[in-house]
Amino acid sequence: MSVAPTEVAQPLLTEEVDRPWITIVWNDPINLMSYVTYVFMTYFKYDRAKAELLMMDVHERGKAVVANGTREEMERDVTALHAYGLWATLQKDD
Amino acid sequence: MEKAVLTSLAEQMIAFVAPNEATESTDPLALIVGIDEVAETPSDPALARMFPAAYRDDDEAAGDFRRFTERDLRATKIANSSNVAVCLKRHGEKIVLTADEALCWLGFLNDTRIAIGTRLEITEENHDDLAKLPEDDPRAGLFDVYDWLTFLQDSLVRLHMDAD
Repeated sequence: MSVAPTEVAQPLLTEEVDRPWITIVWNDPINLMSYVTYVFMTYFKYDRAKAELLMMDVHERGKAVVANGTREEMERDVTALHAYGLWATLQKDD
Repeated sequence: MEKAVLTSLAEQMIAFVAPNEATESTDPLALIVGIDEVAETPSDPALARMFPAAYRDDDEAAGDFRRFTERDLRATKIANSSNVAVCLKRHGEKIVLTADEALCWLGFLNDTRIAIGTRLEITEENHDDLAKLPEDDPRAGLFDVYDWLTFLQDSLVRLHMDAD
C-alpha cells in the first residue's frame, strides 16, 4: 500500500499573475500566410481580423506573441501549434 | 497520377517521422506512456523544423518538453499521413473529404512542404530563383512538387476558412 505525499505544493499563483508565460510563433519561409491565419482562427478561436494581424506580425517582424497564461497553458498551446506545423516556443514574459 | 504522387509522399512521410525503434535498454513503462529517455533536437534539418525546441534559451526545459511530447507529435503526423493514404485509395476521379479528413490533409500537406522546402533550402528571397531552375537541375522536379503542394494546401485552407 502506498501513502499519498503529504507535502502540499506551494501556490505559484501570485508569481504567475505577475509574470505570465507567453507563446511565440516565429516566421519561417515555408508556412503559408493563409494557413497560419487559419490555425490562429481554428485553434485560438480568434476572429479573422485578429488572426490576420498576428500573422502579419509574424511575417513582417519575424515573430508574434499569440497567447499568454500559465506555463502549463502555454505548453499546451505550443504542443498544439507544433502539431499544426507552426514554429512555436514558450517563455516567461519579461 | 496526382494520386500516385500523394500516396508515395504519404508513405515516405510515415517512414520519415517514425520514432526510432525501441532498443533492449528502453524502459518498457516509459514506452507505454509515450515518454522518451533521450530527447534531443533531431539532427536532420527537416525533422528539427517539424519537431522544434519549445524553449529557446533553456535546454533542460526543452529536453523535458520533448521527452513528454515528441512521441505523440510523431504519432499525430503519422496518423495524418495514414488518413491521407486511406482517402487516396477511394475509387473515382474526385476525392471528397469530410471536415476531419481535411484537417489531416492540411497537416500532411504542411509537413510535406516543410520536408521538401527544407531540403531545397527555400527562403523568402530565393523562391523565384528556384522556380526558374533549368529542367536538368535535380532540384527542379522537387520544386515543381513543392509548388503543387503549396497550391493544394492554399486551396484547401481557403475552402475551409470560407466554410467556417
